[in-house]
Amino acid sequence: MSNTAKTLAVASAVAAALTASATTASAQSKEKCYGVSLAGQNDCAAGPGTTCAGTSTLDYQGNAWTLVEAGSCESMELPATADGTPRKGSLTALDRDLPA
Amino acid sequence: MLDSAHRPESLPTAPGVGYKPQHFTQILQEPGPVAWLEIHAENYMGDGGRPLAQLRALSERFAVSVHGVGLSIGAETPPDADHLARLKRLIAWLKPASFSEHLAWSTHGAEFLNDLLPLPYTNATLTRVADHIDQVQTALGRRMLLENPSSYLAFDDSTWAETEFLAELARRTGCGLLLDVNNVFVSAINMGSSPQAYIDAFALDRVGEIHVGGHDKDADDHGAPLLIDSHSRPVIDPVWDLLDHTLARLGPTPVLVEWDNDVPDWPVLRDQAARVALALDRVAT
Amino acid sequence: MTVSQAVFRAALLDPDRPIPAGLSDGDGQPAAARFNVYRNNVAVSLIEALRTGFPILTKLLGQQNMDGLSRQYLRANPPSSPLMMHYGQRLPDYLGSLPQLAHLGYLPDVARLELALRRSYHAADSTPISPTRLAVLDPDALMAATVTLAPAVGLLRSDWPLYDIWRFNTQEDAPKPAHVAQDVLITRPEFDPSPHALPSGGAAWIQALLGGQTLAAALHAAQTEAADFDPTETLTLMLSGNAMISLTQEV
Repeated sequence: MSNTAKTLAVASAVAAALTASATTASAQSKEKCYGVSLAGQNDCAAGPGTTCAGTSTLDYQGNAWTLVEAGSCESMELPATADGTPRKGSLTALDRDLPA
Repeated sequence: MLDSAHRPESLPTAPGVGYKPQHFTQILQEPGPVAWLEIHAENYMGDGGRPLAQLRALSERFAVSVHGVGLSIGAETPPDADHLARLKRLIAWLKPASFSEHLAWSTHGAEFLNDLLPLPYTNATLTRVADHIDQVQTALGRRMLLENPSSYLAFDDSTWAETEFLAELARRTGCGLLLDVNNVFVSAINMGSSPQAYIDAFALDRVGEIHVGGHDKDADDHGAPLLIDSHSRPVIDPVWDLLDHTLARLGPTPVLVEWDNDVPDWPVLRDQAARVALALDRVAT
Repeated sequence: MTVSQAVFRAALLDPDRPIPAGLSDGDGQPAAARFNVYRNNVAVSLIEALRTGFPILTKLLGQQNMDGLSRQYLRANPPSSPLMMHYGQRLPDYLGSLPQLAHLGYLPDVARLELALRRSYHAADSTPISPTRLAVLDPDALMAATVTLAPAVGLLRSDWPLYDIWRFNTQEDAPKPAHVAQDVLITRPEFDPSPHALPSGGAAWIQALLGGQTLAAALHAAQTEAADFDPTETLTLMLSGNAMISLTQEV
């Protein structure tokens, strides 16, 4: 593509994208239910008492762990390896400032 | 009535509740007797988004108490400078009516263990925790309240009663105390002592806030009752009685209902606050 | 001798270790069940944090598997910050290291997406530029301009149909994931992060913009990766997602 064509492509993209309008954020706005808001909350309550949750040594690393057929991965029917364009080593999420 | 010279009186002497995001809209529409809210500091240490927007909106309507759960004041090392800076930033913009933390530890080195872990009540612990409270109060430029823990076990080398230990910390650092009446009940049953006697021995002139909450019932290896501070159900009658006993000695005080697990719909939590309002009415001057 | 916090912590996370000496109930009797209250508090609270923080992963694996995997993960990787909102940073690599999950090669990317959604949710607020700021520039000035993207913007490059997997597990009647590689853009128009599948070349374009390159250089980068890249779709996603917060014209 020539530089002129590229320039025109971006300009027309801008024109097309202009229909997109910005919204004003409000604390009252209804939350979309992706479950993010309740994820990872700190609190000061104690847990489940004397259950065995904290003392179980069930070995999920060893052969005992086979994937029970409980999850939706069973119904997605994705092949064992991706057959999309391989781009090895490019799997990096943006590295933003996180607390150390 | 007690001499109130030491009592930090910045929260309203009215019912408050622990804020949960799922209650946001209804709290604003139907607050009932709720006059103030308490938040867990760490949930508002993000950089922005809905949590901070909601908190900003709520703080225009309600007094807010910031309750830290991650400062680890009882750790063997001083409070983490980064975490203290985050806390300072939150308190600087929110200007809460109160800041409180726990007599507990929760970090070890760089690890955060996400629980309020117990301390031996020794002279060494006293000196160390007093130093950490001094550092926190200096960094924040304000007085903090320190909360009594729920106990499940005892350290054989403890030499101080918990009430004396807290009173001495308050005396040395000038900090106030947060008296969790449910924790008193849980600890007393678990350790085989009297909850009323604990209240009677407590430095009530330092109390700036009271907590009540629900707990679960379990048993230890010997079949003895073991109460768990789960904040997952309504306050039980013996704890309401203990609140009455406490308020009769203390007079009007800010009282918070904590409910953190199996959080109910807003009207259920509001009803607990209404029960607090009844208790406060009885001691109204 | 008191129980040091190092000893307490070691027994807390390792149920094979004995209960530290020097702890008892109120009557001087051993306190095994009582110490286990703390073990349970730590384990269950962290398992729950991972379950709520990675809902799609939980759905993919089933809760029983997710909880078992979480119990193992938390012992090796307790939180490194008191901010539970960010717990699980090492989970993607951890998933990739488990031979039992090797046949589900997309799981690490799903975990990365869920971390990125949480990061976006808590990212700083920002004011988007009006799209007209772009439109009023003449084409040459536009191509020489650079943009700043909102702190809530996220970008993931995947060899897997990452967006399709997200949609299949969050929306009713969504089609099964296609057998394609999908890059994902996360925008946060107001408070809810929203993932979008990017067309081929879109991720390279955004990555270049994030790196401070001009629109011309970004377009070149995108077309190096996908010769027929047309920025319209990606730009529309970004503008409607309030993803651009400033525009700088080079002189």
